[in-house]
Amino acid sequence: MVEAKALVKRFGDFEAVRGIDVHVRRGEAFGFLGPNGAGKSSTMRMIASVSPRTDGELTVLGLDPDREGPRIRARLGVVPQQDNLDSELTVRQNLQVYGRYFGLSRSHVRRRAAELMEFAQLTERADDEVEPLSGGMKRRLTIARSLVNDPELLLLDEPTTGLDPQARHLVWDRLFRLKSQGVTLIVTTHYMDEAEQLCDRLVVMDGGRIAAEGSPTELIRRFATREVLELRFAPGEQEPVVGLVDDLADRVEVLPDRILLYTGSGEAALERAHARGVRPVSSLVRRSTLEDVFLRLTGRSLVE
Amino acid sequence: MTSAAPAGRVVGSWRAAWLRVEGHWTWYRRYWTSTLYSTGLQPLLFLVAMGIGFGSQVQPGAATGGLSYLHYVAPALLAATAAQGAVGESTFPVLSGFKWQKDYLAVTATPVTAGQLLGGQLLWVALRLLLAGIVYVLVALAFGAWLNAGAAVVVLVATATGVACAAPVMALAATTYDEGARFITLFRFVVMPMTLFSGTFFPITQIPGALRWLAWISPLWHGNELARGVTLGGLGVLPALGHVVFLLAVFTAGGLAARHYFYRRLVV
Repeated sequence: MVEAKALVKRFGDFEAVRGIDVHVRRGEAFGFLGPNGAGKSSTMRMIASVSPRTDGELTVLGLDPDREGPRIRARLGVVPQQDNLDSELTVRQNLQVYGRYFGLSRSHVRRRAAELMEFAQLTERADDEVEPLSGGMKRRLTIARSLVNDPELLLLDEPTTGLDPQARHLVWDRLFRLKSQGVTLIVTTHYMDEAEQLCDRLVVMDGGRIAAEGSPTELIRRFATREVLELRFAPGEQEPVVGLVDDLADRVEVLPDRILLYTGSGEAALERAHARGVRPVSSLVRRSTLEDVFLRLTGRSLVE
Repeated sequence: MTSAAPAGRVVGSWRAAWLRVEGHWTWYRRYWTSTLYSTGLQPLLFLVAMGIGFGSQVQPGAATGGLSYLHYVAPALLAATAAQGAVGESTFPVLSGFKWQKDYLAVTATPVTAGQLLGGQLLWVALRLLLAGIVYVLVALAFGAWLNAGAAVVVLVATATGVACAAPVMALAATTYDEGARFITLFRFVVMPMTLFSGTFFPITQIPGALRWLAWISPLWHGNELARGVTLGGLGVLPALGHVVFLLAVFTAGGLAARHYFYRRLVV
């Protein structure tokens, strides 16, 4: 569906995307994971054929975005980072007007709008203006709108950023349904749980480059251990303990109020730590998540 | 969900621009009453105050071609209203498409291109001016403002004048990144003086020769001359052609600039 080789995007002197290779297969859910400014959105805009690449190769649906932009966009669905609905039109009108830009007949967009409002649980608000809708409803409407042309490939740029947990789960539920219907999804996110929930395969981007690629479980296996033991201390009291435990794990990370021990067995490590007289305020054994991978690959310090 | 539907396809350029007009029309059907003041009542107030009220104090003379002031001012008032309306439609509403509502980003994510979007905007402005012009001509008819059927053509002249003004202003809007303070400046120091000193209310021969070129480069003066030409007569073919060419030149230059800046802003 998408094939990128040594893809580069520069804005003046700033290199947002620094030569990435991406290969997205039909029917999969593919994720771009990374901190703000990693180059995810720039990559998405190039795939969406609204932003010409500076260098490298890119084909989307087998076509070259530079030459066949409109033909590609006719078969894409795009959910931008910020909703850009027509706030003075109704829910129904937003869907119908948008569908017309894809060359669809009036009767077709009318039918399609009704289906999509059902899908997005917006039927009750069909003839209400968009402006007063909640953030979650607007997001669902934006997703519904992106489906008006029955796209083969759906691009979602941070689909659930800013939504409350209920709204996020509803959006995820709808995206699962689309995936099960065979729609190819490309998602950018900086939520690890979102990536783990949705993506079959993902790349971690950092500073315009791909830092790692694989399925969520592969990435966890490769860049983290099976389990993580968290030893919590009063802030500052963890430092003297580090020397006592650093041989108990494959990797140790020291945070202001705790020590993270990356290990195959958290319980075993905890027992040995206790045996050495380590007395944390509390301890927690958990499975490694993509968040551990992400923070390992992109660092803990704030990226601005 | 996948309703064995025809998927999206690319439509032709004119069709794409027209679909944008259709989108605006959907909006207009909901909100047309809110536009009644600017497109309906305001020009009427001007016609009554200037044409009938003020005009009662004006002797028909050489400047008015021997006609009553109402006949003299009615066609130009329509052209001036069209120019103002067109500039209004091309400033904040266009900036909003880029910056606040961001609906331009939504449209150009479809097969519709930035150039077709611009074409749709210009077409929409033309349609609005045409509708408002028709209303004005009919109302002015009730006041006896027209001498002949040229009144039907003056709507087209006014629309053309307005669209010629709209094109460069859309280019300006596409290069505006702040909150649009320059639009206020544009209204105060360009549009308002242009309305007053482009031969709308009095012939530009009253303007000192050294400043008269300001009227000559104003699209509205050319529009006013044409509007009077088609309703009152007395305009030669060559001057008429000159005015048409000037408006066309402003429209073309403005349109090309707008197209350039629309692409620069939307395809980055």
